Amino acid sequence: MSDALQTRQLCAELGGRQVLQNIDLQITAGRWTCVVGPNGAGKSSLLKAMAGLLPHSGQVLWQGQPLASFSRQQRSLQLSWLGQGESSTLDLRVWDVAMLGRLPHQSWLGAPSEQDAHMVEAALKATQAWDWRERTLGELSGGERQRVLLARAMAGNAPVMLMDEPLANLDPPHQVDWLEQVHCLLAQGTTVVSVLHEIGMALHADDIVVMREGQVVHHGAGRDAATHAAIEAVFDHRIRIQAIDGQRVVLPRLGGAS
Amino acid sequence: MTPQSHTRTQAPRWALLLLAVGLAVVVLGTAAGSQGWQAWWSVGADAVASQIVWDIRLPRSLGAWLGGALLGLAGAVAQGLFRNPLADPYLLGSASGASLGVGVYLSLWGGSAWAMSGWVGLGLTGAAFVGAVLAVVLTLLLARGVQQTLRLLLAGVVVGVVLGAVTSLISLLQPQVLQAMQGFMLGSTAFVSWSACATMSVVLALCLALSWVFARVLDALSLGEATAQSLGVPLPLARMVLVGVISLATGAAVAHIGLVAFVGLAAPHLVRSLVRCTHAWRLALSALMGGALLVLADVMARVLLAPQELPVGVLTAVLGGGYLLWRVYRDADTGVRS
Repeated sequence: MSDALQTRQLCAELGGRQVLQNIDLQITAGRWTCVVGPNGAGKSSLLKAMAGLLPHSGQVLWQGQPLASFSRQQRSLQLSWLGQGESSTLDLRVWDVAMLGRLPHQSWLGAPSEQDAHMVEAALKATQAWDWRERTLGELSGGERQRVLLARAMAGNAPVMLMDEPLANLDPPHQVDWLEQVHCLLAQGTTVVSVLHEIGMALHADDIVVMREGQVVHHGAGRDAATHAAIEAVFDHRIRIQAIDGQRVVLPRLGGAS
Repeated sequence: MTPQSHTRTQAPRWALLLLAVGLAVVVLGTAAGSQGWQAWWSVGADAVASQIVWDIRLPRSLGAWLGGALLGLAGAVAQGLFRNPLADPYLLGSASGASLGVGVYLSLWGGSAWAMSGWVGLGLTGAAFVGAVLAVVLTLLLARGVQQTLRLLLAGVVVGVVLGAVTSLISLLQPQVLQAMQGFMLGSTAFVSWSACATMSVVLALCLALSWVFARVLDALSLGEATAQSLGVPLPLARMVLVGVISLATGAAVAHIGLVAFVGLAAPHLVRSLVRCTHAWRLALSALMGGALLVLADVMARVLLAPQELPVGVLTAVLGGGYLLWRVYRDADTGVRS
């Protein structure tokens, strides 16, 4: 299987602190990779650096080519980005927000095409946000807004999707919806990389990258026992991963680490 | 199905309506004289009366509309670029720079009669414009460019405060300039000539075109800087051009009509509360709204206490401030975020 994204000796600093240290990573094409780790482990920074949104040293390669050599538009056509908690003004309509996802496909001053409208409609329907298309973001709840932003990222139809905490503000049924949408994306051949705090959801991923203090401490399949052990270790054994009914669940380990 | 059939925007209708209201009030303004209402169509072939209408009232009303449109546009660009609904076109220091320019000009040539006639000529206008542009340049130097929004806003505040203090010092040392300064600080359309209208028209057309080209960048920016960047928009270039638009539009307006308060802040707010649209429409609508607001305020300022004339800036401050206060209370009551 080929690599969609690859990092070589990736390092980054934020406010004088080294947030990424010599990260060498291969993200396999067409699979869902989830990045987990405690707060401050550098998960979001890794995703941002891969998206070209954080100054870094080292290299990020897209199908073997350095991403830095891509033009802005080329990059945005290959990588779709869904950020976490970005402060945004809320007076754009849902339809217009989702249409922004099509910007990389449009000529600078050209009007949206039929294809653009079709993709936006499909994305809004997939995230069940179609009924709100005339409303502004300000008229939606946090979770509803998150679904619109997901539709915006999906409308770009990029081969690689990078999502930073996409489950923030989503209630359990919509978290399950999100999981199904990820499976749809994978079925279409999209590579999905997400940062998740919900370890129970992350365990459904094909591959898991476990991070601590700016370093990758483990990279393995989501179903591997070694991966589960690495996750438990990185959270100081305060959680336990257990198989119930063929699914893996995360349980709190009360009474401190043992 | 065409893309347009998915959603409908009321923006074109509002644009026509605002344009019609603006033009109607400009025409109405030609009938507002120092003796109260004086319909120009009834003066017949009176040469003096027609000269008053054509050379004084019409350029003045049109100038008010153009100045308001420039401020409305600059306000909409500033609020989009800084992603802050409270951003004001004056926040890069242009207002205090223009005041200082006027202060320096008046203190050098005093409140002499010929200096005051500079309102009509280039003297005072030029001083205000140069002051506004220099202040923005100073802000940009202090902020080391336009890429750090927060640093830019902070630098604008610092420049505003420091230049304001220098202006106060000048008027303290030379009290004779105080009265003339006040006329400028409160805003007035009394001395707008045809040539001023021509200048403002050219600047408005240029600024509208430039900001329209980058309207999509403002849309993308509304979702956050990282998202905008990830969508491949040319953020650095857009920031540079849009800061240029804010400076040029504000400088041209302030130089001709003085420091008119609140139009630049209130016009984009009103547009946002009335119409749901992208920045491509919002920028144009804010310009049309600003124009309509200011020409309306100008006509009111001329007739409310005729033959006495109110400074138009006082009226816009009272009306604009009242409107914003009402918005804040209404939004607090309904829980709406503007």
